[in-house]
Amino acid sequence: MELQYWIWIAVGLSFSLYIGIAIWSRAASTKEFYVAGGGVHPIANGMATAADWMSAASFISMAGIISFGGYDGSVFLMGWTGGYVLLALLLAPYLRKFGKFTVPDFIGDRYYSNTARSVAVFCALIVSFTYIAGQMRGVGVVFSRYLEVDIVTGVLIGMGIVLFYAVLGGMKGITYTQVAQYCVLIFAFMVPAVFISFLVTGNVIPQIGFGSSGADGVYLLDKLDGLHRELGFHEYTSGSKSLFDVFCITMALMVGTAGLPHVIVRFFTVKKVSDARKSAGWALLFIAILYTTAPAIAVFSRTNLIETVSNQPYENMPDWFDKWETTGLLGFDDKNQDGLIQYTASPVTNELTVDADIMVLANPEIAQLPNWVIALLAAGALAAALSTAAGLLLVISSAVSHDLLKKIVMPKISERGELIAARVAATGAVCLAGYFGINPPGFVAATVALAFGLAASSFFPAILLGIFSKRINKEGAISGMLVGVSLMLFYMLKFKFGWFGGGTKADWWFGISPEGFGTIAMVANFVVTLAVSNRTPAPDLEVQKLVENIRKP
Amino acid sequence: MEKNIYWKKNIKYITILLTLWFIVSFGCGILFVNELNAIQIGGFKLGFWFAQQGAIFGFVAIIFAYIYLMNRLDKTLNN
Repeated sequence: MELQYWIWIAVGLSFSLYIGIAIWSRAASTKEFYVAGGGVHPIANGMATAADWMSAASFISMAGIISFGGYDGSVFLMGWTGGYVLLALLLAPYLRKFGKFTVPDFIGDRYYSNTARSVAVFCALIVSFTYIAGQMRGVGVVFSRYLEVDIVTGVLIGMGIVLFYAVLGGMKGITYTQVAQYCVLIFAFMVPAVFISFLVTGNVIPQIGFGSSGADGVYLLDKLDGLHRELGFHEYTSGSKSLFDVFCITMALMVGTAGLPHVIVRFFTVKKVSDARKSAGWALLFIAILYTTAPAIAVFSRTNLIETVSNQPYENMPDWFDKWETTGLLGFDDKNQDGLIQYTASPVTNELTVDADIMVLANPEIAQLPNWVIALLAAGALAAALSTAAGLLLVISSAVSHDLLKKIVMPKISERGELIAARVAATGAVCLAGYFGINPPGFVAATVALAFGLAASSFFPAILLGIFSKRINKEGAISGMLVGVSLMLFYMLKFKFGWFGGGTKADWWFGISPEGFGTIAMVANFVVTLAVSNRTPAPDLEVQKLVENIRKP
Repeated sequence: MEKNIYWKKNIKYITILLTLWFIVSFGCGILFVNELNAIQIGGFKLGFWFAQQGAIFGFVAIIFAYIYLMNRLDKTLNN
């Protein structure tokens, strides 16, 4: 059957599934809208969290980034999984016990201050908006690449679907669609991976195939290191970044993960404290399936690519090469006019440009898998992008309707009024996200690092100290968050956007990249919070009792 | 069991598990990656394996260990 039909079938079926779930799980109360009624099973919540967490970037781009970075790519693998340990041990159970709806809820109540609440709302909004624009863009790109509609139409279709189930069902609709989306995306990611692992190494488990040898009896990783040396790249299994920078980036990504409001809020949806711990465990297990497969795919496709193209005549390239060349993801420029493809580390002699996304997207074709696998991949990428977008959407809408409207501006608003406000806010947020998806601001890529850095330097210390110390007061927490966030913003604006005099790699403080600076800003937040709290009065008894109470299971 | 003991035990578990968390990722995957890379198991250099596979498996095991320990501790609190 034609590829296009397969794709329409896969996308159509998965979308009707999401819509069906949305109709079945309409939200009738604010509790259902914000936290799905608070009775989600821990395994279901684990799946929903995994889908919530794994975005278009995890699904499409990560394996490719690792493929080109080798060891350097480990920062994403460790950074985007290690945060769940922090969540499960330090945050999730206590926030569940606290038992309200949002992250600013906790900050506002624990630090008995609407100023603290507003700072938290501000951070939640910035973090979520930077993220969601990228997701809508991802939806548009997948549509345009696979279904041959233009990006605008693709974004509009995506907006329509998310709007439907997020506005109708709130967290309840989002949770159960995310469960379905996890199943779609993990199946779509694993099928080609298993096929390719079997083709290359004879082992169907990619995690093992990754460390096995190919048909020639040489271990894949050793072969790849050798190929890299020959072509002048740094060795695949050793990095090019400084050790300290790798350390800082990994830490910033881990702590940022644990501080992202759309991830934290998922743990408010389970029934009890022990379920919050359990669902963090399940979530990481479900995430680990994809995250341990991605580096294997990276190695298979990197080896495949080099062996297929390096010093081979352009004429003899397989079909997929031509096809992806027309999309602009592959580019060949025969600089020395010898008809052969020279793929090297030096920009002077290199003749091949490869977009990182191709490593996942072209995989089925490179391995000559049937058309339905490619269709599955399209549905999987859409599931990944839509599920993350929906989770972010909910954070934005609850920050507006609950934290701003109900808690600060109009405390007397009725339950019904708040629910309407939440739906209006969700609609507004979808439209804004769609606008950014269609007209992406040039800084989207740069701001993803900002989202993690901001979450790490604002929420994490405030929540952590709020739970583990009774002495920390509002003065400390507010000044800590403000210092952390400002420092992070300053560094990003200076080195990513050229403000405050700009600067190059040589000017980085202690050689830390803007991606890793969240770690430093977080440390600054901790120091300021502790120092200020020590010099100002302790919080009153009521707050200390609140802390006592959240520590009991 | 008393609340204070419960909380102290919890802190003890957290400290031990976070130490493990640090060792499998920052220790084996970053700080001592070159030393461990001298050891090769199958097709993997050990340090590289920790950075791209082992740390993640370790994280999963750490969380499930915490779930087990805390469920056990919760029971003693109720009795």
